[in-house]
Parts: sequence; structure tokens; C-alpha cells
Amino acid sequence: MTHASQTPLEKITVKTVKPTEYLSNVHPVWCPGCGHFFILRALTKALAWLKLPKEQIGLVSGIGCSSRLPAYLNVYGFHGVHGRALALASGLKANRPDLTVLVAGGDGDGYSIGGNHFIHACRRNMDITYIVMDNEVYGMTKGQPSPTTPAEWQSKLTPQGTGVARFNPMGIALAAGASFIARGFSGDPNGLTKLMTEAIQHKGFSLIEIKSPCVTFRPEEKAWQKSMRSLNVSPSSNPAEAAKSIYSSDGFDTGIFYQADLPVYEPTNTPCENPADVLAEIEKELNV
Amino acid sequence: MIQPVSATQDNLAISVSGSGGTGAVTVGLILLEAIAKAGFYGVMTRSFGPQIRGGESAVMLNLSDHPIETLAEFSHIHLALDWLKFERFSDEIPLTQDSLVIYDNSREKPPGLVENSGAKLIGIGLQNAVKTIKGSRMNMFALGILTQQIGLDLTFIEAALKRTLGKKGDDVISTSLEAIQAGMRMIPDSHYEKLSHWHPTQKPRWNISGNEACGLGALRGGLKLAAAYPITPATDIVEYLAPRIEKLGGRVLIAEDELAAMNMVIGGSFGGLPSMTATSGPGFSLMTEAMGLAIASETPALVVTVMRGGPSTGIPTKSEQTDLNQVLYGFHGEAPHVVIAPLNVQEMVTISQWSLGLAEALQTLVVEVSDQHLGQSRVIIDPIPPVDFNLKRLRPPATTSDYQRYELTQEAVSPIAWPGTPDTQYTADGLEHTETGKPSSMAKEHQQQLTKRAQKITQHNYGEHWAKVTETLNATVLVITWGSSYEAVRIAVEALNQQGADISLLGLRLLMPLQTEQIQAVAKDKTVIVIEQNASGQLFHYLLSDNAIPRNSQSIAEAGPILFKPSTVQTALIHCLEGLK
Repeated sequence: MTHASQTPLEKITVKTVKPTEYLSNVHPVWCPGCGHFFILRALTKALAWLKLPKEQIGLVSGIGCSSRLPAYLNVYGFHGVHGRALALASGLKANRPDLTVLVAGGDGDGYSIGGNHFIHACRRNMDITYIVMDNEVYGMTKGQPSPTTPAEWQSKLTPQGTGVARFNPMGIALAAGASFIARGFSGDPNGLTKLMTEAIQHKGFSLIEIKSPCVTFRPEEKAWQKSMRSLNVSPSSNPAEAAKSIYSSDGFDTGIFYQADLPVYEPTNTPCENPADVLAEIEKELNV
Repeated sequence: MIQPVSATQDNLAISVSGSGGTGAVTVGLILLEAIAKAGFYGVMTRSFGPQIRGGESAVMLNLSDHPIETLAEFSHIHLALDWLKFERFSDEIPLTQDSLVIYDNSREKPPGLVENSGAKLIGIGLQNAVKTIKGSRMNMFALGILTQQIGLDLTFIEAALKRTLGKKGDDVISTSLEAIQAGMRMIPDSHYEKLSHWHPTQKPRWNISGNEACGLGALRGGLKLAAAYPITPATDIVEYLAPRIEKLGGRVLIAEDELAAMNMVIGGSFGGLPSMTATSGPGFSLMTEAMGLAIASETPALVVTVMRGGPSTGIPTKSEQTDLNQVLYGFHGEAPHVVIAPLNVQEMVTISQWSLGLAEALQTLVVEVSDQHLGQSRVIIDPIPPVDFNLKRLRPPATTSDYQRYELTQEAVSPIAWPGTPDTQYTADGLEHTETGKPSSMAKEHQQQLTKRAQKITQHNYGEHWAKVTETLNATVLVITWGSSYEAVRIAVEALNQQGADISLLGLRLLMPLQTEQIQAVAKDKTVIVIEQNASGQLFHYLLSDNAIPRNSQSIAEAGPILFKPSTVQTALIHCLEGLK
């Protein structure tokens, strides 16, 4: 692994806002050594670096190990049902564009049961940051293959492997219209923090696909540490170039693959000064 | 010389049918508006063939000089622009020997079922007439014929024409008016000139559909987000809201599916603003998981479901009160929620506002149940005065320390924080949780929170709106009904009471939580008959299972999609009462 050990971020984190201020007093249910711990740390560092007020953050999740995240942060959180976090977050952002809306989830939650919402959240390109903690397995239900699991991985459910090609989240996000697409690695918290700050600041739908080893059900994923390349990709605003780098990557490159200035869907949100008068006008249409 | 057909009732029923593009619906829309402008009331329903465009269509109007929402017993006048697939409408457009049928004689002959009805038939050359006025359309001649037949003043038609077709420009209006006037001369003798015997009102009135009324009620209640996936027959609600809600600082979100729609509502509501969706049975099925989330996380949410024939795709364009079991029981886990059904279009505005308010105040799921008939009927009603239910979210005090989102309180409703407020951050959760919102699988916490979620709903004082009770002195019989069946049942009960029967009527609006004691009080010492438009008697069994009505109660349950008419209800009631003797 080629760790960029001296990123500017490491210095910036010791500023007035402490990352720990974003933590709640609930201890994670994750297994010791789980990659998600580092993602939680990177997220609090990113929020602190951006000095985002805790109460201005809406963090939405679905179901799964990673989706437990909202309870671990001292922000406005919503731990919803399996696969629907992006839809719930879209409703929140529509009503409350003033909030910084983040969504967290896993590969099963986002790419399988939530696949349709993933596509349409990309397409809507609302100003939402989607943090996917991809461990290529269903951990909470104790080790079943997810859409990103390699075809040959054997489990109780798939003794011969899945026999099905893997889902390409970043390729699909690009095709569906997301305007920020990055890959991160939980073993590179500084690189991850940087990606998160970029994603949150990006105006539009940001996907950060984070490889995060499941040490319990996929212990072989510990080896990712050796293969991951820290922030070696440079962003392109050209979808054709981005597609090339997404499809030519072996899955171990991290960084921003695509960042473009695309139309952001922002439903109207102009407060009504005189609702009684406007209602009276609307009701007038009904008069015979 | 054609003899006038005798009319027996104080209503006037007109139907118009034709194949796609003939403009039957336009005739109905203009006629209803004109009748309203003339000082009268009416209801218009439509029926379509399965084609998306270009299929046969029919409109049925029932007009009166007092508010009316029921279907007519038969058509006094039926105008057929052509006879293409008319059989499709034969159930909905009953013809008798008292009917007058006017048709275009330059095309097909009337089908056998029309000739066999004994109706008076008048064939006229509608198609040839079109050739006499350049740019004219057949339906406007038809409108002229109907105007003349019922003795409606042309000025009302002209005003309605301008309102309905105004956007098409002055040329269309003047050509149409010319055709209408020519049409009025085509059958000079008026056969159903009832209007001259009616008393017009000068009062302001509204021309509104049930789905529009539902949307308006939600706007009155402060709705800020409608998230929905298109589905017949509920989409009109969102279409009504779309251009209007923005003016009131709200918005519409079009979801990728119903799963998304319901979750968007929850997210929007979590953001602090009243949010709703509108759907029908199949969409409701897809939403139920997330509805459980609204209940568990105590997030206010209004779901309007406009019932249609089911199960599965069923009959999307027609009505049936068939989803009561679904809205009551279609959930996993203990899922206390509120279910409300308006009884007619007239009260849809206020009941919809109430429904949204209850969701806000009780921080739970409220399901408002409508159906295709209520939703898509267009009705002339007296304007609905604004009401203030004063139903709002309970907010935490300005300075709050140790905020607990799911705090156990006397009212069982806990203050809900506005995201953006410092020091009251919390995580809403579909997982069972402690008072702070921390996930918990402990028995004590589950039982506490379960009880809290049920209590806040059962303890609430719903006031007078829970039902519409019309008690008759010395009544021995109580008829209970709900939703779109109410109007036909009401008229049937009133007619029987005039003939000496002693029947009380209860239109049940609040279906959950069931006001068992109040129903028992009304039902005391009476024979109860439950009337509903579904095959299995869903309301009947529900009331029985809760002991709200006595064991010996009777059920009149009939599948849709042919709606109850006062006469069919009356016949069924008489039959039922005789059986009891």
C-alpha cells in the first residue's frame, strides 16, 4: 500500500471543532477490527474539518451493519427500513435543502434491495452524499453473498459460489447520472476523510464507494490493505474518460473518478408569505 | 309529434356516450358547469374503455336543485354520439321506457339492448349537421340538443363553454356556440324541461372532484410535500396539488416506485413539514413496510388510498370498497394507526384536512380511505368554509436539556424536534428503542414503547367527526355504512323512513381506532344492518370482531364495480328487514 502519510488534513483536524464532538454515546455493534470503525472516524474528521454544525446534519440509513451509523453520531439521524435510505433522504432534502444530507449504507442495502432507488437517486442528482461501506457480504445476517461479492465466493447459501457477475456500482452511478463518483478504503482514513470532505462539498449526488473489510465473514478481505492504492486516481469531468478509468481499474484504485457540474434537482422551496390569501386564490378557481 | 316522457323523480339524469375523439366527456363537463351556473347542483361520473386514448367513453350526470352525489336510477336522456361498444356501458347507463335516447342516425342503428329497453328513440343527422358549420364538432350540436331538451338558458351554456374551452381561443368558442345554437333547433320540442320547476339558488358553489377536494383539504392542513408514484385512480390528487402546492411553499416529488414514495414522505416529515402520498390498493401494498416505519419511528405521515376493484390489477378504473382489511390489518407487528374515510365529496375537504392534522398531532400514520367513485366524481357543492382543527406537532421547549425523542409522557405523545435545532439531535428508528431512541431489544422497553404508540391514538379525543349519526325517534333498526356507499344508503333510509320505517343511520368515518363504545351506544336495542360495497362484508366482520355490534347483526355486502343506487339499497334493506320478521 502506498500510503500518503502526510496529507494536509492531518494537520487541519486539530482545529477548534473536535471530531469526537460528533460522536454519540452509543457504542457500535460492529465486530472488533471491522473496517466500519475507520469510516466512522473518517466521517467525524470530515465533519469537523468542514466545521458543520451537528444540528445541521441529517444522516439517513437503511438496514445492515453499516446502516447502524446514525445512532453513533450526535446528529439528526434516521435509521429506516432496508434499502430505502436514499428515498427517505430525498424526501428530507426536498423539504429541508438547508440541511446537509448524508446517507450511509452497505452493498446489500444500496445495490440489491435498494438498487432502484440507487439508480434514481443518481439520476435526480440531488445534493446528497451517499457513503457506501462495501464489504462485499451481508454481515448482519451472518455471511450471505451481496451484489458485489465475487462469483466464486462460497457460503452456506451458495456452496458453489454465486455464479453471477458482480455489480459495478461506480459504472452504474456514472450511467445513471451521479455527478461525483469516488472510491475510498477504510484502511486509509486520511484519504477517506479527504474524499468525504470533497463529496460533502460537491453540489449534487456524490457516491463514495468505500471498500471496508468484513473481518468476520470475509477475513480474506484483510489482504485488501496490501493492494489498495491511496488516492491514485485523478478526477475527470468527462464521462467517457471516467468510464474508462472506472472500467479499467482492478477495484483497488481510490480517489475521485468523476466529478462534473450537472444540473442538480432542487424542488421549489420558496416559503409562502401569505398562505391564507394564496389558499383563497386557489379556492376561487372552484367557483362556478 | 313525440310525447313527453313522464319523470318520476326530482332529479334529471343525462348520459352521453361516444367513441374516442367524439368529445362525450367535454359535453358532460360543459353541461355540469352550465347547470351549476344556472343555480343547480349535480354530480358527474365517467366511464372509459380500456384504451389509453381513442377508446369509447361515457359521462353520466345526475342533476337536481339540491346537493346530490348519488348515481341516477336510469337515464332520462341518453345521447349517443355513436354506438361503438355501447354494451360496455349498459350497466352504468340503465335505460327504461321513461328514457329518451337521441342518436346519430347517419351511422349504426341502435343496438338491440337499447331498442329492447322500451326507450323513446330519436335519430337525427348529427354528422350531416357538422358539414353545415365549418370547423364545428359533432359534440357541440349534441350539447345544443341537450340544452334545448332540458330547457337550459343558452347564456349559462355560453359561460360554461368559455370556462371549459376558453384556452382554445375565440374561434373555437364562436364556432362551438354556433353549433350549439344549431343543435338547439334540431329537436325543437323539449321533452324533459324540468329546470323550470326547480328553484335555482343564488349561493356561490364549487365545481370540484373528490380527488381535488382531497388535495385542497391537505393544502388547508399545511401540506408541504406530496411524494407519489402514478396510479389510477389516485393520480388526480397529485395532479391537483402539483401546480398549487408550490404557491404555498410546498412541493411534489415524483418517486421511482411506491416504496420510494412512502419513504420520501417519511423523510420529508422527519424534516419537520407535513407530508403525504396518494395511492391505490396495489401501491398501498408496496408501501406497507415503510408505513410500519412511520408508526415505529413516530413520524407523522398521511397516506390517501383511493380504492379500485381488486385484487392485483383488478379493475383500475372502477370503484369497490374492497381494501378495508388491507388498511386495517395489512401491517407487520403491532401497528396502531389511524384510518379515516370521508362519506362523500362534500366532506372530503374537511376530513382530509383533519386526517393530515391527526397525523401531525399524533405523530403517526393516518390512512385516509377514498375510492374511485368518490375520487373521480365531479360534484357541484356549496363552498366548504375553512376550519381550524388546531392539530400540530408537539415541539420541545426552546431550552431543552437531556432531550429524549421517545419520552414516556402522560398523553403518550413526545415532543418532536425540528432538525436544525441545537441540542435536540436524535436518531429516529424503526428498530425498537429506548426513550432516547437508542436501539433496544429489551422486553420492558418494547412493551413501554408499544403501549405508548397505541395509547396516544386511543386516548385522543376525536370529537364529533368520528361518525355521522342520524338518529330516528323510536328507531328499531340501525344501518351502518361507510365511504362512498353512504349517500345511496342515506337516501334509501330517508325514503324508507318516510314510508313509516324507523331506521337510524351511522356513517362511520373513524375506522381505526374503532369507537366501539360509541357504536354500541347507538346500536343499543336495535337490529344492526351493515351495508358496504365489497363481496365479503369486511366492515361487518370488523365490527363484529370488536363486539361493536350484536351477534345477530345483518350484512348487506355487494361486490363492485356497479355502485349502490338508492333503489338497490332500498330493495336490499326491505328484503333484509322482512327476513328478520
